Amino acid sequence: MLYRIAGQYKTSYAADHALFPVRQDAYLLGFILVMAFVVFPMTASEFAFRALLIPVLIYSLAALGLNILTGYAGQLSLGTGAFMGVGAYACYKIVTIFPELNLVVAIALSGFFSAAVGVAFGLPSLRIKGFYLAIATLAAQFFLVWLFQKWSWLYNHSSSAAIQVPNIDMFGITVAGPTARAITQYYFVLCVVCAVTIFAINITRGRIGRIWKSVRDMDIAAELVGINLMKAKLTAFFVSSYIVGVAGALFVFLWRGAAEANLFEIPLSFRVLFIAIIGGLGSIMGNYLGAILIVALPVVLSTVPAALGVPIASATAEHLNIMIVGALIITFLILEPHGLAQLWATIREKFILWPFPH
Amino acid sequence: MNAHVSPQAVSLGHEDGIAPGAELLRVDNVSLRFGGVKAITDISFDIRKGEIRAIIGPNGAGKTSMLNVINGFYTPQEGTITFRGVERRGMRPHHAVRQGIARTFQNVALFKGMSTLDNIMAGRSTLMKRNMLWQMLWHGPALAEEIEHRRKVEEIIDFLEIEHIRRTPVGKLPYGLQKRVELGRALAMEPSLLLLDEPMAGMNLEEKEDMSRFILDVNRQRGTTIALIEHDMGVVMDLSDRVVVLDYGKKIADGTPDEVKRNQAVIDAYLGVPH
Repeated sequence: MLYRIAGQYKTSYAADHALFPVRQDAYLLGFILVMAFVVFPMTASEFAFRALLIPVLIYSLAALGLNILTGYAGQLSLGTGAFMGVGAYACYKIVTIFPELNLVVAIALSGFFSAAVGVAFGLPSLRIKGFYLAIATLAAQFFLVWLFQKWSWLYNHSSSAAIQVPNIDMFGITVAGPTARAITQYYFVLCVVCAVTIFAINITRGRIGRIWKSVRDMDIAAELVGINLMKAKLTAFFVSSYIVGVAGALFVFLWRGAAEANLFEIPLSFRVLFIAIIGGLGSIMGNYLGAILIVALPVVLSTVPAALGVPIASATAEHLNIMIVGALIITFLILEPHGLAQLWATIREKFILWPFPH
Repeated sequence: MNAHVSPQAVSLGHEDGIAPGAELLRVDNVSLRFGGVKAITDISFDIRKGEIRAIIGPNGAGKTSMLNVINGFYTPQEGTITFRGVERRGMRPHHAVRQGIARTFQNVALFKGMSTLDNIMAGRSTLMKRNMLWQMLWHGPALAEEIEHRRKVEEIIDFLEIEHIRRTPVGKLPYGLQKRVELGRALAMEPSLLLLDEPMAGMNLEEKEDMSRFILDVNRQRGTTIALIEHDMGVVMDLSDRVVVLDYGKKIADGTPDEVKRNQAVIDAYLGVPH
């Protein structure tokens, strides 16, 4: 009933190629955007911004980057954490070398560094596939984290071997650094994430997206319909690592405030990979659903019992988190291997047909 | 049945400036070896523009290897291939596509996770030019290009009578329809030479009739030259203008269907010789 599509006729190919062939989808997205831009900022506490909203957005963006590589182009990667690190360290160097530079420009530029590194480590994909490629990207993971530790120029030779985000102003408002307000940072992250998402949607639904999906589904056939495999794979590594790098810069500059090399170790890569897989490979929306599940659920699980008056020790809460999230991951992978995005697609399909069985 | 195809559809296909009946592709003394195994030995033949050329032979005769050589998937150790007057030996498959050679596969090689529409659109990837920046913006040139190509793809969908499965992921389609989508994808490349590797394998009589009709229509209405591998002799003899017969990697006969049918070497290859 909510999703009745009767009466929505398409009279041109342009209308058929629209982002929302079904009008209700556009209403739903509008509602979510209103929530994100107006309702959440008005109601959220400092804690909600720092522990829920900002990390969910940043992890969604990182998962989106990985999803372009793994979900669309079919190239398995375990180096996401390290590529995020490249973005973060590049942004730190840019900001400290050019303190006058606008932070948006600095973050946009730092993405190019991670994109270049991503393409370099994507070169093995021209010869190897699947799990073997994953191992090759694992090399990037170990090598880059080692580099972040050993190359002291990257953290300006600071004695703590960490990068510390300075106060950065944009148009008179502090957006990053110790004195920045959470709501400002939230809006900053939200705008960047929205812009990148729009670009990602546009790329994946057009010619380049189709090329990536062809390479994923059958690379030999893709080559024989005239697709240059090398170019297609390296473009995927470029775009993916660019987005991952931007997510890494946001991760440190707009959320953590400081970072050491070990922040970008393999658990971060796995976390982003879990988000992409649970959200749904080959889907843009899935990344957001996955990030909400993986990032927000632990926070909710640890705060809800206290709010309900059932005080549990923080160690117990942490163990519960691991158990519940682990069980959820396994359940989802068994019941819906294509992730939350597919689950939503099935529900939507049912809504469109309701009340008829088929 | 498809006499009402629009004029644009007829004008599809590469304008290569070669007159109908003139030589489009020539294979000269090609040999292909895999280590010690000789897949193809010293084969020469030609394909004329506008004809349907069948390549037949018993299993393992080297027919598919021959197609793979023509579209650049294998590089022969000896011999040359002349396409549209340009001589070559080795090339990458995506270059062959750019020159106007498209093909289908013996076992269906579609992009299973994509819809019929996307599969056929993917066939036009090389014809679409807008770069990443335009794609990011979507509205404007990228969308205009997308719609222009969608129109061409819809003509093919119309032609192959697969309108009803436009949005279906091809992995869910029955085999006969998958074969048809694959033909559609090859047509979308607007080839001047179309290589069909057993387009009717595993089909029932009705599906074979449909596919034969599509092949003839493609040949006549679009002027596409077709090289065809097929085991159904009835189909081969009815469809093709000329037939080349391979056996154990060697060419044993070449000529019109009638000549080939009477050729003793061909009869021996198919029926065996008394010992």
